[in-house]
Amino acid sequence: MADPIIELVKNKFADAIEEVIEFRGETTLVVKADRLLDVCTFLRDDQKFDFLSDVSAVDHYPAEPRFAVNYHLYSMEQNRRLRLKVRLAGADPIVPSATPVWPAANWHEREVYDLIGIKFSGHPDLRRIFMPDDYLGHPLRRDAPLVYEEPQFTHNFNDVGKRKPYAKE
Amino acid sequence: MGLETKLGNMGVVTARLEDLINWGRTGAMWPLGFGLACCAIEMMSAQASNYDLSRFGMELMRASPRQADLMIVAGRVSRKMAPVLRRLYDQMPDPKWVLSMGDCASCGGVYNNYAIVQGVDEIVPVDVYVAGCPPRPEALIDGIVKLHEKIKRSHPLKEARGQAIKV
Repeated sequence: MADPIIELVKNKFADAIEEVIEFRGETTLVVKADRLLDVCTFLRDDQKFDFLSDVSAVDHYPAEPRFAVNYHLYSMEQNRRLRLKVRLAGADPIVPSATPVWPAANWHEREVYDLIGIKFSGHPDLRRIFMPDDYLGHPLRRDAPLVYEEPQFTHNFNDVGKRKPYAKE
Repeated sequence: MGLETKLGNMGVVTARLEDLINWGRTGAMWPLGFGLACCAIEMMSAQASNYDLSRFGMELMRASPRQADLMIVAGRVSRKMAPVLRRLYDQMPDPKWVLSMGDCASCGGVYNNYAIVQGVDEIVPVDVYVAGCPPRPEALIDGIVKLHEKIKRSHPLKEARGQAIKV
């Protein structure tokens, strides 16, 4: 049932697809970053995957390749879901933006850039969407700090209280 | 009914000016309901008919900070909202008080992460903290009554002369 589409994609883009993962009914195609837009355009036009559900990213620090960007596609005609995965190295992760193919990718990619720090080349308006504009760093990376302030118990009550930036007036 | 017994023959009652100022300030304190999250629901239910806030003079929450004198910060304040909160506090005219409602506004609550300010007292000076997640409407009313008692203990004339810090 799932094979004809996957076989077609694998035959057409044999050099672009690194591997095919099948897990409990979910199909994932691992795609190279520079051929991503060709695969996406083919899937949208030819196979009618016209609905981009989600663009998200995973940080596998300290394993290399560090980042993986996931595109969740859904075809309304065939009632079929498909996932595209792009693996990126940790230093300077850049991937082509899927906004020309699906306009819904615009804000999803802004969210990925804001929280994990992956740049999307060709994005019309790549800036922060959740954090304040002058925030430094990317909060959802594995090496970003988890807690912002030490929990205040009885034994460190006064120390934390001294460091807290109270507003005077 | 109780005031007429003190009038005497002339129909005059005397009191300290500071007491009258404090009585006027606590009698009709208009809140700027800064309802951000779940605590806003409890603030709304405190405003509604069962636990009435209009018996304290807070008939309605003023939408504009220029017309309000009590800012009830109800809910978690995110880092992006913090400058907005400070700007609204600066726009309130003196005398103004801040009541931090709930755990998230008082200390960050259950959220100790990159997005939530750990206590609104990092941004504005707070007069009364009301604990709870969310605090019951009776707890919010208890906080408001404590604020009234705090105001009644203050000395506004001495503060105006610079002899006492604002309580």
